[in-house]
Amino acid sequence: MSVEADQRVCVGAGLCALTAPGVFDQDENGLVVVLEGTPSGKARDEALRAERLCPSGAVRVGRSHG
Amino acid sequence: MTTAPPAFPQPRVCPHLPPPAYAELRQGPALRRVTTHAGQLAWLVTRYDQARTLLKDPRLSSDRRRPGFPVISVQVRLLTERKRQALIGMDPPEHDVQRRMFLPDFTVKKVGERRADIERIVHEALDDMTEHGPPADLYRDFALPVPFRVICRLLGAPWEDRDFFQDAIRRLVRTFDTAEGRQAGAELLAYFEYLVTECKTRPDAAGLIGRLAGTGRISDDDLALAAMSLLIAGHETTAAMISLGAVTLMENPEQLAAIRADPEAIKPAVEELLRFQSIADSANLRVATADIELDGVVIRAGEGVLVPGSLANRDAEIFEDPDTFDVRRDAGGHIAFGYGRHQCLGQNLARLELQIALTALWQRIPTLRMTVSAQELTARPPGAIQGIDALPVTW
Repeated sequence: MSVEADQRVCVGAGLCALTAPGVFDQDENGLVVVLEGTPSGKARDEALRAERLCPSGAVRVGRSHG
Repeated sequence: MTTAPPAFPQPRVCPHLPPPAYAELRQGPALRRVTTHAGQLAWLVTRYDQARTLLKDPRLSSDRRRPGFPVISVQVRLLTERKRQALIGMDPPEHDVQRRMFLPDFTVKKVGERRADIERIVHEALDDMTEHGPPADLYRDFALPVPFRVICRLLGAPWEDRDFFQDAIRRLVRTFDTAEGRQAGAELLAYFEYLVTECKTRPDAAGLIGRLAGTGRISDDDLALAAMSLLIAGHETTAAMISLGAVTLMENPEQLAAIRADPEAIKPAVEELLRFQSIADSANLRVATADIELDGVVIRAGEGVLVPGSLANRDAEIFEDPDTFDVRRDAGGHIAFGYGRHQCLGQNLARLELQIALTALWQRIPTLRMTVSAQELTARPPGAIQGIDALPVTW
């Protein structure tokens, strides 16, 4: 599983940093950054939840790599 | 035979619960016609998935000046007249540029740094209240001043001027009279124009206003309008959530006990309160800029769209047994803060304030109770941020 984040569409709601703090953070401008590109276990579940909650579509979690 | 589409929004009977007629609307189609305050026909979105889809659709505009924008109150009418719009009434690209200027003050990290300050403000309000009571008015003495003080500090708006702010804001957001609202709005804007000008001359000017004034990134007029809008949005909603949250918890003593027994339980409880009370339907208004087809319905360009959280957040396909208040449920997917690019800028500040305020309240006053029943509280008119303006309590 790989995690991607697109700062161009990010609206800085911060839900990803709140939901999956080991995977995402906000930079000083409030925009999404990826801390862990290939999370596993609990962090993986949190990343999937962050993708569901993200209001802008900036957070994408790929499922192709297991 | 045809019947006229129902009026929307409708008045609440209990201030912390959606209007009873909304339960029936949820059983009907995902999109249906309603009649607004101004007598316009508009589309009402009754389901969660369609609500999220539409709130992300770039063909829906938030610009209050566009013909067809749904006018659900005197306050929206006043915004349709305004030459310049605040963030909530902007579309891209202007919206995104301005939102990004404000974001650094609202990140999870920056908001978290305010925890000690918010705790101090909460406890000082409770000190005052317990010195003078019982009885007390939990709205006037606690729910209102706490977020007001927090947002004043964040913006750099002087707390000494709170009597002016509170009076002018009350006249603006509570009035049914366009002239009175227009006058109050003009007074507030003039105040913030003065404050922005004054901040430009002081290198030590605090808060968001101090950070942006005179930088050339935003015009003085736009910054003044933004500060006014953030001051109102930043406390009106949170004050309503603290007071109604206290009501809902007092109505559900077993769940209140569960929160008091476990310090971590307040986080999901606040999400459930946000879902259950859904006070900000008036923020999710849009107008179509092109034809949009969804679920076999065509929303025509120029038609208004209402996307109330009080319907989407009680969609039984998403939230099991949605009319049951359950602090143990996973309510995190609610759209009480909206969805899409306009999702609440201050949501993480609001979460933290609610968590701190609703924890400290019962730590300090374990025997807190209402002196009237929830049904006797006066709900605000439909079209406003839902809430109460008085909450008589004792202990």
